[in-house]
Amino acid sequence: MSKKKIVPIGPYHPLQEEPEFFKLIVEGEKVNELEIEIGYNHRGIEKLSETKHWDQVTFLVERICGICSTSHPFAYVLAVEDLLGITPPPRANYIRMIIDELQRLHSHLLWLGLVGHFIGYNTVWMWAWKAREPILDIFELVSGNRNNYAMMKIGGVRRDIKDDDLLALKKVIKQLYGELKLFQKAIEDDPVIHKRTKDVGILSKEEAISFGAVGPTARASGVDIDVRRDDVYANYDKVNWSVVTLTDGDIYAKVIVRILEMFESCSIIEQCMERLPKGEIALEIIEIPQGEGIGRVEAPRGECFHYVRSDGTNRPVRHKIRAPSYVNVPTNLVSVPGYTISDAAIILAAVDPCYCCTERSVAFSKEGRKILRGEELIKLCQQKTFKLKESYDNR
Amino acid sequence: MIKEEVKKRLTGKFKDWLIKSPKRVYFVIDKKDLKEVATILYKDMGLRLSTVTGLENEKNFELIYHFGYDKSGELFNLRVFIEDKINPEIDSLTDIFKASNWVEREINEMLGINFIGHPNLNHLLLEDSWPKGEFPLRKDFPLKQSYPLEEDREGE
Repeated sequence: MSKKKIVPIGPYHPLQEEPEFFKLIVEGEKVNELEIEIGYNHRGIEKLSETKHWDQVTFLVERICGICSTSHPFAYVLAVEDLLGITPPPRANYIRMIIDELQRLHSHLLWLGLVGHFIGYNTVWMWAWKAREPILDIFELVSGNRNNYAMMKIGGVRRDIKDDDLLALKKVIKQLYGELKLFQKAIEDDPVIHKRTKDVGILSKEEAISFGAVGPTARASGVDIDVRRDDVYANYDKVNWSVVTLTDGDIYAKVIVRILEMFESCSIIEQCMERLPKGEIALEIIEIPQGEGIGRVEAPRGECFHYVRSDGTNRPVRHKIRAPSYVNVPTNLVSVPGYTISDAAIILAAVDPCYCCTERSVAFSKEGRKILRGEELIKLCQQKTFKLKESYDNR
Repeated sequence: MIKEEVKKRLTGKFKDWLIKSPKRVYFVIDKKDLKEVATILYKDMGLRLSTVTGLENEKNFELIYHFGYDKSGELFNLRVFIEDKINPEIDSLTDIFKASNWVEREINEMLGINFIGHPNLNHLLLEDSWPKGEFPLRKDFPLKQSYPLEEDREGE
């Protein structure tokens, strides 16, 4: 084990597929307190970024997250473009939007599937991931990769979308509408899902504002924020769409917000394809002058924030990254206590942090230390649904 | 419009007001005014603390508090300089909003800045056994520096 080393420094990045440690302090079934421990996946990207060339950083930050892998490079190139004071060509902007919205669709579908799995609806899981598959195929068609698309570049995009690919994309979006309607109806009509998710894990508007929560987590609690509308980037002001806001703040609201958002994303992609102009896809950037810039992007989980400072050399002096889960995960501190252990797994997942988090949870009882592993927690959560289902069937 | 309002409310507390682009405003405030300014921005004007960037300059430390106004999307960047390089200290904002809790812990372990009044300044991202007085985001910290974990040290 002597090979183990501490990774010295960098930004912490708390998105999906990443270990976080939750300590649930329970009394019987009820969770009284929650402690969050993070830092298991700290890779020192902020420090590393100071040693890379401006162009290399785009690829570096793409590796921060495998799910919203275009949000970080997008926010980074916007920050550098803010520093330079340039706007990329219109075609590049529309391509960026198409990629960004496709990514939102695939991320929300992935999350929807996981939530289905956590509450014991494995059919939802399979169907959601089946609907997600064609989107990944489109990514492969356009960029050559199912994930980490490497489409962003300072001053534009790296690859063009071919007309043939657009036809395939059109087909996928059309099909997706039907599938999304199916999910929406399935969730709105199911009494068991209502029972499991309604009035569970409530995050009040005041708490959401105090924690500075962003994205669907905040919008489900009635906080009307969306970077795409507020701090317009690319061409989001040139297409028609609306921000979905609900007021309940429970898990049900978080599910519905994301489903309705997917309809908006489909509509944005369709409008982008209609308006996609011909022309250049990137500007040529020769050097980055002294200065500083900030880029903000609405990632699937909320505002993704990048700050860069240049001293005129070919590397950033400072590159600050704030991923959306960094402010969303702490909201669990108020939304989990008061509910049962079997609800905890689904509340923790409702923020859309990561799959691994539940695998790191430990439940403590007053009689002594009792360790519940992630799988057991999911099992508990699923059993509760089955019991509910039975009681409905016996009526 | 919010720009004018912020400017009016903070009269006498800021200098070097700079509107870099329509949605990006930078200005410098004094360290001792930070808490008062943050209270005005958050409680009275409804701004949200997006995050805080910490930097080490040659002669001082610099913290940039990024406050976003989400109704129209402006970003107000408050620059605070800490001149004392040996014992850098600044007021914590945790009793105003919870958003600053984690980010202050992070800056504390990465740059070694003490936040006065923070309830828990334990390590957030670094391992507990990380040596005291080593701050990885400082400029003199080498990129490839590493330390063994505590359990490994015991085994030696």
